[in-house]
This record gives sequence, structure tokens and C-alpha cells, in this order.
Amino acid sequence: MHNQHDYVLRTVEERGVRFVQLWFTDVLGTPKAFTITPAEIENALEEGMTFDGSAIDGFSRIQESDVLARPDATTFQILPWREDDAPVARVFCDISNVDGTPFQGCPRHVLRRTLRRARDLGFTVFAAPEIEYFYFTDADPEHAPTGLDRGSYFQLTVADLGSDLRQRSVLLLEEMGIPVEYSQHEDAPSQHEIDLRYTDALTMADTVMTTRLVVKELAQENGVYASFMPKPLAGVQGSGMHTHFSLFEGEDNAFADPADNHGLSKTARAFIAGLLHNAGAITAVTNQWVNSYKRLSPGYEAPAHVSWAHNNRSALVRVPFAKSGNPDSTRIEYRAPDAACNPYLTFALVVAAGLDGIEAGYDLPREAAANLYAMTPDELAKDGIRPLPGSLHEAIEVMRPSQLVAETLGDHVFEWFVRNKRAEWHDYTTQVSQFELDRYLPQL
Amino acid sequence: MEPLLAHPDPLPAEIALALDQAGVPRQAVASADLVEATAPDDGWSGAIVFAAEDLERALELCQAVRSGESPLAPLLLVIDPSQLPALAACRHLFDDFCLTSAPQAELVARLEQLFWRTGLGSRPELIEHGALVLNLETYQASIDGRPLDLTYMEYELLRFLAARPGKVFTRETLLSRVWGYEYFGGARTVDVHIRRLRAKVGEEHAHLIQTVRSVGYRFGQPPGWIR
Repeated sequence: MHNQHDYVLRTVEERGVRFVQLWFTDVLGTPKAFTITPAEIENALEEGMTFDGSAIDGFSRIQESDVLARPDATTFQILPWREDDAPVARVFCDISNVDGTPFQGCPRHVLRRTLRRARDLGFTVFAAPEIEYFYFTDADPEHAPTGLDRGSYFQLTVADLGSDLRQRSVLLLEEMGIPVEYSQHEDAPSQHEIDLRYTDALTMADTVMTTRLVVKELAQENGVYASFMPKPLAGVQGSGMHTHFSLFEGEDNAFADPADNHGLSKTARAFIAGLLHNAGAITAVTNQWVNSYKRLSPGYEAPAHVSWAHNNRSALVRVPFAKSGNPDSTRIEYRAPDAACNPYLTFALVVAAGLDGIEAGYDLPREAAANLYAMTPDELAKDGIRPLPGSLHEAIEVMRPSQLVAETLGDHVFEWFVRNKRAEWHDYTTQVSQFELDRYLPQL
Repeated sequence: MEPLLAHPDPLPAEIALALDQAGVPRQAVASADLVEATAPDDGWSGAIVFAAEDLERALELCQAVRSGESPLAPLLLVIDPSQLPALAACRHLFDDFCLTSAPQAELVARLEQLFWRTGLGSRPELIEHGALVLNLETYQASIDGRPLDLTYMEYELLRFLAARPGKVFTRETLLSRVWGYEYFGGARTVDVHIRRLRAKVGEEHAHLIQTVRSVGYRFGQPPGWIR
């Protein structure tokens, strides 16, 4: 532990680091930071930095509002996009109470606690998200978002600022030790995707925060805007964060069973079953905004129903075929989360839902082979395929009675989240939308 | 200075005294099988092996030092005059020897000469390998003169590998030596960190850390590789 502190202190000194940003995340997944000088870093590492948590979404409590940001020295990293002559470093923090106990409102703590549960069952969790986003000319809500190009999937566009920015983002990420599996132009105009290589789930949640920031930062430097909004444009697909998960038991992929005709172990089947069982209840977190449900409407490559399949992109859980002879690549892909979720809480709930399946021994329902978008509600019901919540309101009401979600998030986050999201829904329902004006004003 | 491997355990009093007076830190190792397990993080600075009591056991230990991770460790063998004829068969196992009758001053002088010749006597400050430079004092790494901004574990992994070029390590060995035995996470952790290191050193230097299929990883080229 002390070597790590030494390492950070020496690096700050040797590299002439001017400022260290202490990064953490509020309950809704918004990145937060405050900056300290090198003179304060030693004390920050030893004792943490006190700050008033009441201004942070989901941190506020009635009595005591001071909390401690405790840097996780293993995440100390010099930021590559800053000037070399005045380097700035960042370090992720765990938030604790002033007495040193973990602060219940800290999303990183929620994920840590869930991963500890997985570990007690003998599992290490790996995650690999595919992050989609748009480049727009600006973020002005007064007009519809304007893309930078009219490209489409895999299109090689000439002198395309969006693709250039994406590639430079990937290089920056690599410089920060974040390996990218691949990146591409997505389906919609000006939409891009960055797929990250798997790593342990906690590091990956940190990495998602870093990735969003790097992408936004580079866009801003170039006078444009990068958005992870789930569905910024009507009529084209939204921005998801499909995430691949695998569990390892020591050296072995606990999801793999080469003898099975799907290559799936009993553990994998139970994990998927648990995920499907709890899918409705965790949706409010994996898709936490009013706008998230516009993406989940059928027909735009986003899941709308609780189902699993091998090669059916309308399914909620997809099981990609493992590369032949490499059972270690066996994994499941959860397709509901959008690019604007809180990765800590999302990963925590997906893992908890899957572990619930393993512990309770749920049976995996039949694979959904058909295109679910093309099925009528009656046909879906006959096959026992339930829809995902269709709105934030519905998602919150489905989540509320869930013991699993309450236990995983902890009372503090759970209660705050329900309150906050009900308020968001209330604000939304009091609005009169452009849709209503266009449709009703001329005729009513 | 990293400790000197000293055999046997305990060391004969006169040798222990000589080392103490010369200020050479040491760690006693009883047998060959303990050489790897007891090695300090940065490797032994060298070895002094007292063979007069049990030559066979002592040579076994020398063999382990030679075939271990730091085969360069200078090795001084202390023997009984009656063992002189046996040396011819095992010259590759030591760098120098002296007799048990040698005065303490000679023993220390020979050690110092060995350290000077191999450049290992003090803790190495720099590890240089082609474009890569690791400064062990300041924890800084650079490639082509460009600083590498590593996290602590990335640095530790690179340091471990770069200090032992050409040697292949299994992921399990790296996990236990770099992360420690109590680390939970499995060998995939090693793969993840190797990938991060390769990403950071950049594509043109990614070959510095080689994957040895179905075995593990190696820093640089295998021994005997000719450019």
C-alpha cells in the first residue's frame, strides 16, 4: 500500500505535476472532481480530503453533510491531453464518511460491495462495454441536434471530422492504458462507437467515466459537442452501451462448457436466467432517463422485450458465439444499458441479478429465435415474452418492490434514486411537447 | 543495496562477521529450492556460498541461482582446500572462489571485485532496454525519451519483466510475484495489464513484451537471439 503512495508522490514530484484532480461520480453517473495541489496530495492519500457532500446529487443527507474523498492510488494517471509542461493527473476516489466507514451514497462503493459478493462465491467479474455516441455541432437545445456528417455504418468518409475525432480519442485512451477493441462509425449519421477491451468490472466502470470524458473533451477542443444522450434524434437508432460480461473462477471461464451445444455452462444459464428474471426491476438504473425509453422503443436495434438469443439483435441478452477453441471468450452481452447510464450502478445490478439466478438456481427459458420486433403483443405473450418497462415511470414502479435492487443499491441510493426519478417523471408529464403541438393544435 | 544470498543457514560465524563489518546486507538461504521463493523483488545482489560443509548441497544451490531469474548474480564460493579438485567439474556455477583459510579482508575484497565487475553491487538505478528506460529510483519510465505515464501496477509489472529480459514467465508466476499471493483476480489480470502496457508503449514498441503462446510472457528477445 505504501509503495503505491510512494509511487504517486514520486511521480508527482518527478513529472512536475501541477494539479491532481480527485474524480468521483454522483448517483446519476455525472463525473465530479475537485482539484488539489501537489502539496496536498500526501495528506489526501493518507487521510482523504474532506468536502461538503450536500451539493452532490444523491450524496445529501439531513444531518451530517461532510464526506471524505479517498484517492484510490492504483488509479493515479497523468492526463495525456494536458500540456506536457504543466501535467495534470487524476485519481479516482472512494467516498467515505468522516469516521472512515464507506459512504453509502458512493456508486463506486455500491459496485465494490457487489463485486465482493461475487468474490465470496468465487467469481471475478469482467466487463467490456460498447459505447455509442453522437457528434453534434453544439449542445443548444433551441434547435434539433445537427450531426457532422451523413455517414453510415462502416462507411469510410473523406475528411470526416467525426471519424477523425473518434480515432484521436482512441489514441488518447490507449495512451491512458485503455485498450480499445475497435471503433467504428455507427448506423446513424454522425454516430460513433468505441468498444473497450474487457477488464475487471470496477476498473471498467472507472474506464467508462474516463472514456466519456476523453470523447467530450476532444470534441470540445475542436469546437463540436459529443453526446451520450440515449436518443437524441427521432427516427434513427439511439446510443446504447451493450456490455459483455463474463465470470471467472480462478483461471477458468465459469460461463464456458465446451460439452454444451451452446457452449454455455450451468452457471452461465443460471446467470442469464437471473438477469432475465430481474431485468424489469433493474431497468430504471440501466436506463435512467425519460429519454432512455425513446431508445428502447421497438425497431431501432434496442431491446424492448425480456428475452435471450444467440444471434438475434432484438434480444435483451445475446450470447455471442465464442471463438472456436477459445472457451475463455465465452460471455453474455446485456443490451439494455444506454450510454448515459451510471456504469457503477449498472454493472452492480447486472451482476447482482445474474448472481441471484445462480444462487436461486433459476431455469433458463427457451431462446427467442424470431425477430421480436415483428411479433404482435399477443404472439409475444403466448411465448411468455414480457416487455421491458416502457417508460421511466413504469420502470420505477417495477423497481420499487424489488428486494434485489434495494439490497444491491443500499437504502441510501435506492430511496434517493426513486425520489429523484419520480420528480423527473413529474417534471416531464407537466410539459407540452412539440409532438402535441404539431398533432393537436391544428385540429383541436 | 539488495541483500546478498548467503548459504548455508545459519552462515558460519566468521563469514557472517566479515559481511557485517563490510556492511553487506545478506539473507541466509538454506537450500536450492528456496532460492526463487525468497528472492527480493529486485533480485539478489549476488551470492556467497559456503561449500566446505556440504559441497553437493552447495553446488545444487549454485545451480538454482544460475538457472534462476537473475543468472548474472555474482557468486563467490568458499571452499575447503580439500575440495579444490572438485572445482574443475563445476566452473560454470561460480564467478570466483576463496578458501576457508582466507582472511576476512580477502573475502570482502573478492566480493567487492565481483560487484564492480558485474556492476550489480549497488541497487541498479536504471534498467535500459533499447528505447525503454526505467529509473528505479524515481519510478519513472520512458520510451524514446517520451515519459510513460504508468499506473503503479503497470510500472511494477514492467519493472519485473524488464529486470529479467529474455526469461519467460507464466501468468501465474507474474501474478504471485508482482501482485502477491493474496491477490484475487486470476491470471486474466496479467493479460489485462500486459495489454495496457502495450497500449501505452505504443504500437511500434508493443513487441517489447512478447506473448509466448500457451506459456506466458517474455520481455525482449530470448537469450541467444541475434539481431
